[in-house]
Amino acid sequence: MLDILIVDDSAAIRKILQRVLRQTDIPIGNVFEAGDGKEALETLKTQPVGLILSDINMPNMSGLELLSAVKANEAWKNLPVVMVSTEGSQAKVLEAVELGAAGYVRKPFNADQIKEKLAALF
Amino acid sequence: MNDTNTELAITPADIVAAIKSATVEVFATMLNMQLEAGPMLTEKSVAAAPASGVVSLVGLAGSWAGTGSIACTGAFACKMASSFLLAEYDAMNDDVLDAVGEISNMIVGNVKTILEEKVGQMGLSTPTVIFGRNFQTRSSRNHEWIVVPFRMSDEHMFVQLSLAPNRDGERSTLRAGFQMPQVINF
Repeated sequence: MLDILIVDDSAAIRKILQRVLRQTDIPIGNVFEAGDGKEALETLKTQPVGLILSDINMPNMSGLELLSAVKANEAWKNLPVVMVSTEGSQAKVLEAVELGAAGYVRKPFNADQIKEKLAALF
Repeated sequence: MNDTNTELAITPADIVAAIKSATVEVFATMLNMQLEAGPMLTEKSVAAAPASGVVSLVGLAGSWAGTGSIACTGAFACKMASSFLLAEYDAMNDDVLDAVGEISNMIVGNVKTILEEKVGQMGLSTPTVIFGRNFQTRSSRNHEWIVVPFRMSDEHMFVQLSLAPNRDGERSTLRAGFQMPQVINF
């Protein structure tokens, strides 16, 4: 079972991603939520997960700052992090990839795009 | 737009095209709603808004700076939230306001991505959503709003942008999720 952490300051997006994840063929276990990068790091300390889906533009700690922190941590560095963001410029996508993102989904997204990204990873 | 610039990196037509493209894509992809765009309007200083309803504001900052917003009635906001979240909302609540905030974030965020090709990188603020009666919003600087009305059946929504070269001519700090100043008159 795959435990997942969804990181987005929008409760609406977190709800939508929860729903889409339950529609995939991948057996989904616990789905945790965090409203920003700082909250996500606190969650990771006590809740091991197999995947992180993260927005980029968030208060307190951005998604790219979260990505950097995850990749710098010995316990989490191999954890796949997929960015889900309105930031669609090539520069931003490249920045995420260079920081170690496992994938990038631009908002607005449909369910199939999320499912395809997960299928490619698992 | 700042008319004193002799060479503008972007034109009102660029902004209108970006707004139409972003709005139609967001509504078709995530709300399964088909909107029709109307002809562009311009408003000096004060953004178009319904007499009562919802406005969601998103700030932009970089070598160009300004504000994007969406405005609609409370009834349409409930319809948007219902389609977005696949749940029934017939009255304003936190879920509806959050949905409107995220929809505005996606629209203005995608407008930003399109315009960045011409004006360079801009930062995006977190949305500020306001619900009430008889209010106006205005930019803290005297810039013109480009307004694109959209229609779906009997419902209307305005997507608007006020954007101009940064007054100091220097790039603002592009901190993700920054808060920007707005003046709201009730």
